Amino acid sequence: MKTLIDRALNTVQMGGAQYADIRIVDTQTETIRVKNGVVESLNASESIGFGIRVLVDGAWGFSSSHDLRPEEIERVSRESLVIARASARVRGEPVNLGSPVTSRGSYMTPIKIDPFRVSLEEKLDVLLAADREMDRVETVKIRQGNLIFIREKKWFANTEGAMIEQIIIETGGGIVATAVAEGEVQTRSYPTSFGRQQVTAGWEVVSDWDLSGNAERIAYEARALLTADPCPTDTTTTVILGSDQVALQVHESCGHPIELDRVLGSEAAYAGTSFLTLDKLGHLRYGSDLVNITADSVRPLGLGTFGWDDEGIPAQSSPIVKNGLFVGYLMSRETAFRLGKVSNGCMRASSWNRIPLIRMTNVSLEPGTWALEDLIEDTDSGIYMETNRSWSIDDKRYNFQFGTEMGYEIKNGKLGRMLRNCTYTGITPDFWNSCDGVCNLKHWTMWGTPNCGKGQPSQIAHTGHGAAPARFGNIRVGVYKQ
Amino acid sequence: MLGQKKAESLCKDVLYRAGSDPIEVVLVFEDQSLTRFANNAIHQNVTERNATLIVRVLRGKRIGLATSNRLDGHGLDKLVSRAHTNAQVSPEDPDYPGLPGPAEYKPVKAFDPHTAEYSPEARARAVAQGCRLAWEKGLNGSGTFSTATHEIAVANSRGVFAYTARTGADFQTIIMSEDSSGREHGSGFRVDDIPIDSLFREAIRKAEHARHPREIASGEYRVVLTSYAVEDLLNMLNYHGMGAQSLLEGRSWMNDRMGMEAMSKLISIWDDALNPEGVPVPFDFEGVPKQRVDMVRKGVVTSPVHDRITGRKMGQTSTGHALLPTLRSLGPMATNLFMAPGSSSIQEMIRTTRRGLYISRFWYTRLVHPRDCVITGMTRDGLFMIKDGELAYPVKNLRFTQSYVDALANVDRAGRDTRLLTNEFGGYAVRVPALRINKFRFTGSTV
Repeated sequence: MKTLIDRALNTVQMGGAQYADIRIVDTQTETIRVKNGVVESLNASESIGFGIRVLVDGAWGFSSSHDLRPEEIERVSRESLVIARASARVRGEPVNLGSPVTSRGSYMTPIKIDPFRVSLEEKLDVLLAADREMDRVETVKIRQGNLIFIREKKWFANTEGAMIEQIIIETGGGIVATAVAEGEVQTRSYPTSFGRQQVTAGWEVVSDWDLSGNAERIAYEARALLTADPCPTDTTTTVILGSDQVALQVHESCGHPIELDRVLGSEAAYAGTSFLTLDKLGHLRYGSDLVNITADSVRPLGLGTFGWDDEGIPAQSSPIVKNGLFVGYLMSRETAFRLGKVSNGCMRASSWNRIPLIRMTNVSLEPGTWALEDLIEDTDSGIYMETNRSWSIDDKRYNFQFGTEMGYEIKNGKLGRMLRNCTYTGITPDFWNSCDGVCNLKHWTMWGTPNCGKGQPSQIAHTGHGAAPARFGNIRVGVYKQ
Repeated sequence: MLGQKKAESLCKDVLYRAGSDPIEVVLVFEDQSLTRFANNAIHQNVTERNATLIVRVLRGKRIGLATSNRLDGHGLDKLVSRAHTNAQVSPEDPDYPGLPGPAEYKPVKAFDPHTAEYSPEARARAVAQGCRLAWEKGLNGSGTFSTATHEIAVANSRGVFAYTARTGADFQTIIMSEDSSGREHGSGFRVDDIPIDSLFREAIRKAEHARHPREIASGEYRVVLTSYAVEDLLNMLNYHGMGAQSLLEGRSWMNDRMGMEAMSKLISIWDDALNPEGVPVPFDFEGVPKQRVDMVRKGVVTSPVHDRITGRKMGQTSTGHALLPTLRSLGPMATNLFMAPGSSSIQEMIRTTRRGLYISRFWYTRLVHPRDCVITGMTRDGLFMIKDGELAYPVKNLRFTQSYVDALANVDRAGRDTRLLTNEFGGYAVRVPALRINKFRFTGSTV
């Protein structure tokens, strides 16, 4: 790989690039999908390629290819220069990356059991066993299970002297039971929604999840939801959100608006801008005193955990919201320089054929002090909502509406009747300022969001979010009237 | 580009390496370029060359898949070997009907050499002109301009070989002031068909007219939707219920409505991948020829789209709507959708509306409930109050929670002009008119 890297960087430097970097990425993926007892997909996938990013005349160009032959490296290198020069015709302020990055080293996700050494038979057994458990429950018309294993090997080098090799391993899995009857469709997922939980870890986490041990339970819950009372509509109440729903709330209403490239307008053509404008840094009361949010790339299991980002910045931890005050952004070299700061290592590309963008790493709500059972007991009247079912938010990340798979009415400190089709809506800073209880470390989980979309062309990033259940007051619920 | 000869040679190479086991190979080869701009400057400018080879090996009723982007001999050996291994361990699949046999394909025209050769300099020139216009007006221009070539080949050991090449061009811009925005979008397989300058000017005009929006109460309103907003209605109805698999699983909005007049008589929806008014493609990812499917005919829900698996389960034949083998869990899907035009212009719709809202587009729409296709989302890039037949003033964006099926049941006017819109590299297309809908439910607003 060093020969290829040197060839590329030499070509672009000789061609006039003031800065260049190259990533070579070799990704192996294994996915297994089971539906209603049938193995719908047993797929082994490999993707290899390289991408070269260059700065010429203060503007960016990027070219990439799946073909690692020397002549293709030459062609792509020269093409990146042509593209950068085209960009320079319509350039704003010249790009400034700040101090050079010269990181060198290697990193590998710490794992106990290499998932690629576990037999396919063992993996299939896990999913088929869970399927059999869900099959015990009538009216569950769709039983789904899936496992995914990813090994991403990547090399990064730049013209400033950085040279990094990383191996990132991810394991994901989950089951979904969908019950259908008389015009109603209800779904329950485990460990979390939309098919799976996913973490940077090895096969060992699959036994921790115990998919078959939870399969019958979620099937019964899906069935029960068919005839559960609907969520009260058009009212405001206290809401306690389950840990995985808090994680998604953090992702959508904090993680995205703190992306500094978004704040500066880079995403206006697609996902939008941000209400967390520069004047709010250090001044806006984002949430109550109990709200502490951190961005890090070091925590175990996080999908945003690595050794260096895709600009060669070392993994680190940064405060985002401190006791409710908004104090930090997710940054790149270029955007940090514009604020007189240094990058906190949030540039990530989904693969070799995409440029790095500012992406969430692990953006987490720090644990509080409550035990969940005490928080519920402390609540006179409200709704406990768990596991996301739908999510929508505006282009500045203000107005949001979420739906969950399941809810329980809380009355006089106790969980009561089950509720279906729960939805809640709000305005981001109002919502977080109403937070009056966060559960403790015992209830805190590092969740994975493996489907975060951003950029044009589109990139899907894997992000981590640690969260515990939390309570919010005076929240409008029941937007959907069935 | 690979070209047909090389694509066929590659497919044959893969088939040969599989030995005697039945095998299918899908090859996708792409060159894709995209120029992105924000704050009136090009800030990202990218290009990509990639190949995707998907192999499906059958061992009796056991199926194994493998995917790679390596086209060298060693890579092909590994690919076939992994698919064999997966087929060996996989349990039998009772639903898979086996590989299709050879078929004839209608020729389509979807390739433009000029688009295939479109340069980064040409894209930059077009963007420069529009950004200058925006800057002169004190506005902020952002957007994308992309061009691409796609080659698709499907082959199998029963003698299927299908090949097509197409180009794609897509231009979008959002022009912003401090408190408003306007957006325009154009697509097609020929880059010269996209009137980039006009689109820039229209987006600028919208952004200027949408300045200083007022707050209004949420609630039910009569609405005039541009084709950009109608695009979302069609996409969501497609994704959440026009494929036969969702019907079989009981999670489609078609489930309770088959054969019923569930929408306005003005609404007809069909998928036609051979129609030159879309982005034509002659076959699906199993090599089955594409057929036209009418999903809604003058308000009556008629039929979903099928692949060979759902066709077999429902006693139908495939309509040529299979997706890639790796996307089997999604089931068959329409990818070249049309909605029938009507006889009104947007101006007439506005002129004959006493009170309502003019909606440019919907954003971040998500499913709330499947059986009625209840969707929540936001308006974006230009929302206006209509009063006494005129656009009276701009309005702050609203959130809606609305059944899209019920919305189309309340259509009383359809536009006579349609617009072709594709996704960013042209693999998916809709052609839709504007609509007026008598009631549409808004449930919140943004600040």
